Amino acid sequence: MIEIVVGLFLIFIVMASIIAIETKDLLSAVVAFGAVGAFCSIIYLLVGAPDIAITQLVVEVLSLVILIRATIRRDLTTIDEDRDFFGLVATLAILFIFFLFGIEALRWLPEFGTPAFVLNSSAPTNRYLLNGLRETGAANIVSAVLLDYRGYDTLGEATVLFTSILGALAILRIYARKRRK
Amino acid sequence: MEEKGLSIIVKTATRWLKGFIFLYGIYVVIYGHLTPGGGFPGGVIIAGTFILITLAFGREYALGKMGKLLASELDSLGALLFLFLASMGVYFTGTFFTNFIEKFHPTGNFRLFSAGIIPLCNLSIGMKVGASLFMVFIILAVVRVVFEDGKGKLISTEKEKK
Repeated sequence: MIEIVVGLFLIFIVMASIIAIETKDLLSAVVAFGAVGAFCSIIYLLVGAPDIAITQLVVEVLSLVILIRATIRRDLTTIDEDRDFFGLVATLAILFIFFLFGIEALRWLPEFGTPAFVLNSSAPTNRYLLNGLRETGAANIVSAVLLDYRGYDTLGEATVLFTSILGALAILRIYARKRRK
Repeated sequence: MEEKGLSIIVKTATRWLKGFIFLYGIYVVIYGHLTPGGGFPGGVIIAGTFILITLAFGREYALGKMGKLLASELDSLGALLFLFLASMGVYFTGTFFTNFIEKFHPTGNFRLFSAGIIPLCNLSIGMKVGASLFMVFIILAVVRVVFEDGKGKLISTEKEKK
């Protein structure tokens, strides 16, 4: 049952992505992009990942607001260019190669609903699930992995965010522009 | 009544809802080690509250509530607090990122005061993410250069530009 629902949502996602690429209006493209994120969030919720579902939905809403706010006041909100022939051929070739590799990769996936770590008994996930509550005391195993077992990853993520804000502030700050004139 | 921001309906709805959304963000951050959520989604929800205020009431009102300077300070404070918690593990046990506080509440699992440094890390990450994403919104969507008859005129975000 859940496979059918997830498959339907995946079809919706592909349709919304095609609309987002092919439409001429930038605002419509942004709204279609938001539909992709919303369906992704529902899929995450259905397959049992509420943490990722919350994060996906919230970040999607935020980026949608920023994108609409950033695109709607621009002068150039429509695109009237045609694709050139070489670009179309290259896109199709890359899609074909990706399709071939995808078929090859899909054969190695475990069956839907089977966690990947049952195939490999030495995967670290087994240790997290067996000893997570006892070793960290956190009932939410995702938080335990993010902030206890894999604290370095979270530190790196925070550093990336900090650096990106620093770069954006350095490029877009007011004072440098004033000094130029 | 000044005519900044959106219509009176949106303003009234925002005035009622902003506290609840902010409270939900704080709940997601604080209970991140017990329920789905954590520092990152909670921080984004908190940033979304300020973005809602900015959209509904105009940028002067929102920047009066939380200016760019305060957002920058909260951003840096969250990052430094996270690094400080990680470094305290070195001081107490000799390993970076060690959970050095007592992990279990004496009366059982699923208590708010449990899991050692994980709630504190969630708090610092939430502070950092909320402040920095609000700053991204200010930078990308509010600061803009408007060209009037060929001459660039910058609409700034701060009143502090003396």
